[in-house]
Amino acid sequence: MLKLSNVSARYNVFDYYVNVINNVSFTVNENEIFGIAGESGCGKSTLLKVMYDFIEYPFEITSGSVELESAGANGEINKYKNGEIRNRRWREISYVPQGAMHVLNPVTKIGAQFYDTVSRHNKSVNKKELNDRIVAYLKELELPPEVMKSYPHQLSGGMKQRVMIALATFQNPALMLADEPTTALDVVVQRGILGMLSRVQKRINNSIVIVSHDLGVHYQITDRMGIMYAGEMVEIGPTDELFTNPRHPYTKMLINALPRIGDISQKEGISGTPPSLRSPPPGCRFASRCMYASELCKKLPPCKYYISGTHQASCHLLKGLYPKLQPEEAIPRD
Amino acid sequence: MTEYLLNVENLSKSFQFGGIFMGSKIMAVDNVSLRLPKDNPCITSIVGESGSGKTTLARMILGLLDPTFGEISLDGRKLKGFGKKEFYRLVQPIFQNPFSTFSARNKVDTYLYETARNIAGCKSAALADEAVGRALDSVGLGLNQIKGKYPNQFSGGELQRISIARALIPSPKLIIADEPVAMVDASMRMNIVNLFKRLRDEYKVSFIYVTHDLSTAYYVSDYIATMYRGNVIEYGNAKLVLGNPAHPYTKLLLDSIPKVGQRWSKDVVLPDIESKEYASESCRFAPRCPHATEQCRQSMPGLAEIEENHLVLCYKYHTEKNCPSM
Amino acid sequence: MKSFLKYSNLQLKIGLILLIIIFTIGFIFPLFRGSHADEWNSYPKYLKPGIEHIFGTNALGQDIFWLLAKSIRSSLIIGLIVAFFATIIGVFLGMLAGLQGGYVDRIISLVMDTFIVVPSLPILILIASLLKGQTSVLAMAAVLILFSWSWPARQVRSMALSLRERDFIDTACFSGESKLKILIKEFLPFILSWSAANFINTILSAIRMESTLAVIGMSNNSLATLGTMIYWALQYQAMLQGKWLWIGVPVIATIVIFGALFMTLSGAQKYNATKRGQLA
Repeated sequence: MLKLSNVSARYNVFDYYVNVINNVSFTVNENEIFGIAGESGCGKSTLLKVMYDFIEYPFEITSGSVELESAGANGEINKYKNGEIRNRRWREISYVPQGAMHVLNPVTKIGAQFYDTVSRHNKSVNKKELNDRIVAYLKELELPPEVMKSYPHQLSGGMKQRVMIALATFQNPALMLADEPTTALDVVVQRGILGMLSRVQKRINNSIVIVSHDLGVHYQITDRMGIMYAGEMVEIGPTDELFTNPRHPYTKMLINALPRIGDISQKEGISGTPPSLRSPPPGCRFASRCMYASELCKKLPPCKYYISGTHQASCHLLKGLYPKLQPEEAIPRD
Repeated sequence: MTEYLLNVENLSKSFQFGGIFMGSKIMAVDNVSLRLPKDNPCITSIVGESGSGKTTLARMILGLLDPTFGEISLDGRKLKGFGKKEFYRLVQPIFQNPFSTFSARNKVDTYLYETARNIAGCKSAALADEAVGRALDSVGLGLNQIKGKYPNQFSGGELQRISIARALIPSPKLIIADEPVAMVDASMRMNIVNLFKRLRDEYKVSFIYVTHDLSTAYYVSDYIATMYRGNVIEYGNAKLVLGNPAHPYTKLLLDSIPKVGQRWSKDVVLPDIESKEYASESCRFAPRCPHATEQCRQSMPGLAEIEENHLVLCYKYHTEKNCPSM
Repeated sequence: MKSFLKYSNLQLKIGLILLIIIFTIGFIFPLFRGSHADEWNSYPKYLKPGIEHIFGTNALGQDIFWLLAKSIRSSLIIGLIVAFFATIIGVFLGMLAGLQGGYVDRIISLVMDTFIVVPSLPILILIASLLKGQTSVLAMAAVLILFSWSWPARQVRSMALSLRERDFIDTACFSGESKLKILIKEFLPFILSWSAANFINTILSAIRMESTLAVIGMSNNSLATLGTMIYWALQYQAMLQGKWLWIGVPVIATIVIFGALFMTLSGAQKYNATKRGQLA
């Protein structure tokens, strides 16, 4: 579906480079919801931009490749590499940015904006028919028809976000990328939107990548998850397995920092801050905050270990317990 | 009534949109009453979704917005009767966005020193240094880390802690925090929320914690008030309200928290376009409520006391004895 | 200096070089010889350009080059005085209107909007004709200031209105800062950067207004400014007589001043953007 192989990327600031993404490899399979979790500044939004082919100076990819595979109309498999993916936007791949509710034009009605975007991909259809289709689609997503005639400021944040998701899924793209889709919204609306995303996914059987720093959100709707820290993927695996059997110390600490209802035991946040990506440490990037860190951790970056066919983590503590994943080996599909 | 630190009585705020003839009126805060005990510092959470009126309520208590109706009293005296500096010595705010709390063009410590000099009454530079240093210490930061730096040199979590330190300098009795952890990372939130608990115990400060995040509210509050579209729909001791939620909306809120270990079972009815909901004279939650009756759609219920320290605004709980106003 | 060279662009460099040339001609050269440049009949009339007189002399017996130097100086002085006072008055009244609100805002806005809407040129012509050409440099400047303060005031007022709503103003209030201190420490930094750009624009607009008045004969013709140079050249029909230098030189000088200031301004903006890493 979408495969990232050893992708590294950096920002070119005049005097120096900021290495935001370091050697990230994973695959998003068909018909699944993949979550990317991590604290702010870890590079998850930037990773989405790489996946969406949003690469513009001063941001550049230094190594690795992104490949998007999709089934064409006649059943043939089309492959697109980075550089070509941008031509498939809104068709095979779509993107809901962070704070998407702010990207709506404040002086145009929603209906007009919707029509503007989708009419470019449906040139053969006449205006009335397209508008009818839009209204029907919005109704399916439980948005009242008055939305078409409203201006963005008349809608609540949750509604605007739902409109954005409707826009992103109207063309039935095979892959949808959502960057913090519910961060600014309260829990009830969040639940509604995540439910909507889940329903849409089940209906058209596409794949969704959700980036969020809230692990609770990941638990509720993702099938597989990747944990990012300081520009690297430290653990990838099925969501249930990650929550019940986290292997990387950072994943363990993240899960422990979650407050839960009914549980008022003392919770601890993770102390310290992520390393500067301008001059990252030579060893494991989490070593400075890790309670299990050893001298080796500070000197040598860990390699990836297989916990199971679908679960992998990068940590020196796993050496000897699990087989190593060689760099040339393909990442397994489940 | 000097036994209350803060006494909010029948507070309402309405906003007028459009002109005099064609405009609409929104009751952002509708007939809210709240009390904070005097010598017993506690953390009161005001929980609600966006548009519930909690920020408007917080701004009125801070004196940044004038109420349309109702009275706010601090320590028995009306809010209007306070001089500015006197008021700032008692009440301090913490805002949601740590990056806009400080001007990007000024060094962060200027605000700390200003507070120390103007409100905490530090006459000399040495005293001001001491006061600022102490406040920063209590939030886990050092004066040397902060001195001379601009806001863009800090992370969101650090800036928010500096904001808390600034609020602590005059040793206020009440701190009003408007969504203080909304823009802070999940891993940092617990640090800040734990800080509130510690400050309540060590510095004897009461907090009003406005948020839409029920998990942190449950973890940290002594009292909790849930708001929906301008009304306080449930209010009382936090353990009672969250352990035994009465109002259907509180139940919905509790249920919608993404819990680890339990997946959501059914779907929710999402709110309609806002202007429609605000205009109604009935119970505002009725369109989404699974238990709504005709009475709910006709008129607004009154506050009922279902047990001590637990009040609900819902017809379901009205009996002759617990709702004397009916 | 090294970082300046690294981030600067061609526009900024050209603009600054031209500005330096203009200022040298306008302020440094007259120190040597230009004090009597505007006196009539200092030299024989209509001399061709040569070593003694670089641009020759005109019908009034003035050396064109030294006259130009003095004119540039006068025009720039008028421009600077007008810009300085108009900006100060405009910023102060704009901030007052934006922050105070209420009646103060209404009165200031009324006056401000009147001055913006009423076309300045006809009024200036009226005032100039009433004074019948007796005005001095300072009087000209005062009249021009009257018409230049309203635009910055309007802009600053809207900036103040939006800045007033920001969180850090509330933080400043709760830190006990007095209103004056908030004005200076919180508002001013934002307004100053806009004001700098506006300052340069006001210089240009003042020079333009003065030149326009002078060319149509409404200014004091014995003053040496770029406008009056053109006026006298037209009076003596320099174009018909083929005395291109006389009429050409002030026009080109005006264009060069405008160009230099504009290039410096936009070059400076580009420089800042490059420094912040927003441009490749």
